[in-house]
Amino acid sequence: MLRRHILKRIAGAGAGLALAALPGLSAPALAQETVKIGLVLPMTGASASTGRQIEAAARLYMSQNGNKVAGKTIELIVKDDTGAADQTKRLATELIVNDKVAVIAGFGLTPLALAVGPVATQAKVPAVIMAAGTSMIVERSPFFVRTSFTLPQNTTPMAEWSAKNGIKKVVTLVSDYGPGLDAEKAFKAKFEADGGEVLAQLRAPLMNPEFAAFLQRAKDLKPDALFLFVPSGQGASLMKQVNERELAKAGIKIIGTGDVTDDDQINGMGDALIGMITSHNYSAAHDSPENKAFVAAFLKANNNMRPNFMAVGGYDGMHLIYKALEKTSGATDGAKLVEAMKGMAWTSPRGPMSIDPQTRDVVQNVYIREVKKVDGQLWNVEFATIANVKDNTHPTK
Amino acid sequence: MLTILFDGVAYGMLLFILAVGLCVTLGLMNFINLAHGAFAMAGGYLTITLMQRAGVPFLLCLPAAFIFSAFLGLILERTLYRHLYDKTHLDQVLFSIGLVFMAMAMVDYAYGANQQIVDLPSYLTGRLNFLGASIGVYRLFVIVICGLLALGLQLILTRTRFGSRLRAAVDDGRVARGMGIDVTSIFAVTFAVGSGLAGLGGALGTGIISFDPTFPLKYMIYFLIVISVGGTTTITGPFLASILLGVADVLGKYYVPAVGGFIIYTIMVLVLILRPQGLFARGPAR
Repeated sequence: MLRRHILKRIAGAGAGLALAALPGLSAPALAQETVKIGLVLPMTGASASTGRQIEAAARLYMSQNGNKVAGKTIELIVKDDTGAADQTKRLATELIVNDKVAVIAGFGLTPLALAVGPVATQAKVPAVIMAAGTSMIVERSPFFVRTSFTLPQNTTPMAEWSAKNGIKKVVTLVSDYGPGLDAEKAFKAKFEADGGEVLAQLRAPLMNPEFAAFLQRAKDLKPDALFLFVPSGQGASLMKQVNERELAKAGIKIIGTGDVTDDDQINGMGDALIGMITSHNYSAAHDSPENKAFVAAFLKANNNMRPNFMAVGGYDGMHLIYKALEKTSGATDGAKLVEAMKGMAWTSPRGPMSIDPQTRDVVQNVYIREVKKVDGQLWNVEFATIANVKDNTHPTK
Repeated sequence: MLTILFDGVAYGMLLFILAVGLCVTLGLMNFINLAHGAFAMAGGYLTITLMQRAGVPFLLCLPAAFIFSAFLGLILERTLYRHLYDKTHLDQVLFSIGLVFMAMAMVDYAYGANQQIVDLPSYLTGRLNFLGASIGVYRLFVIVICGLLALGLQLILTRTRFGSRLRAAVDDGRVARGMGIDVTSIFAVTFAVGSGLAGLGGALGTGIISFDPTFPLKYMIYFLIVISVGGTTTITGPFLASILLGVADVLGKYYVPAVGGFIIYTIMVLVLILRPQGLFARGPAR
């Protein structure tokens, strides 16, 4: 922990010095050799776990794959937007204008990604979304490409599974912002189409310290299951209150998207979580050689911090940027890079995935998982796969 | 209905214990200490550290959090705060908000920005059935402790020699000094107790809310609402205000979830328009 901070300080100071030295000598030779990638992430504040995970994954990818692509040296610049959209926009602009980055990436929350849209469009710089999950973000700029997931993509399989497994009545409780509303809408649409009934759609404020009232209301409505969504990093406090209210004892099954049973935090949430069913695009327990190698390397490089779905979004984001640069033979023209990214397909630690050439959004498997205790730790163990799920809420052009 | 009312009272009680220290420093000492939440955070993180890393039982953590935060308050009061008693409110605000940011950065550095959770001992978890209402044992525990504290504070302030000295020192420090009251140490003790109560509130809060480095800012708004609605001249004012806000917040979220989050602010705005000195304050605010 401490060492990581110190290293970061040193790296930061180094970057500062380099910047201070640069402006006088705008060396064209140097610019040709280096391709800079700017990561804008919430490294502090409520969503800091997202930033930490993505940064660690991006650095891991670079340490595994070297910093040379198509003859160019890749340089990663990480900026902290603290989770505030105005900061994201300012930092993205600075990265593009001052640091001349070829690609910007990161964006921990939907509002942060949306703030960058106009900047990317105007500067014609590809913006790789490694975290934010609201469906419509990619529609806001032709330079957005996504390697994370979308809420409708992850939620629809959960609704389908619920309807098939004897759950008739559901109450949904989501964070009241873009992705939460996406999840709520996608769940209701699919679940009711499959013959279920949504009794109530509760929305808790995004920065909500107290879920008691919402959970009590859900309990009093006596549904078969309670569907939960909160953003990465906030699942712990929600689950603490879910446990306190003893919904499971009242016969209410707890289901949700994998955001709630975040791999980064799940071990702190307690054994009461065992048996919870979620659907998600990534579990650190995913059974594949690629994932086993990824998790082992990640744990080793990060003092046993377990990678979560944010990490894999960052890892694949770096992969996408590397492969796109290879395809353009190192050319950093924004439009060319985006074109190269479209349709790209590879096997990620999460399983097979690709970039939809029409929407620039991610296409991937979604897994139904159950929280289980394996070797003394809690894991999201996958037991069903829905292959190649597309977000079908994008308008068809 | 009873259940939800109970949850509201418990939440209100927690708010009260977190805010009462601020009420003491602001109302009695006329000092605006926005860093109050930082003391609560200190208590909360101490509890988390003791429980997670040292395995100290929860019940021992509570007094430890009180003592730790009180001590911290005492040190800061002696070294920093006392220089600002005579400064303008703007200086006090700027100074204390600076402290908040420093505290947040320190916690972030030491613990990371993750939400921290503690596992409560099993005898404090679970639920009781009482008159048809399902009651969380821990929330009951919070209500009892906070209720006793509120009663104790009120008695100390109105019935003891220390209380009357404190009130005298606040009303007119110079005259009080002339009467042989040691104003400086009374203020120091009061400040320490206020900080200690915040720490205790933080420790109690670990069972209900989660802690991350943004805690002092996230809850500052709640403290200030409690103070502005309750007024600062009494202990009972903020006490009733906390319960009112807790109940209104929880009931609002339960019955009208669509606007639930706003109810607490609506109440504050109404109170400030109708009774700017606070709902339960006797005289006009100073």
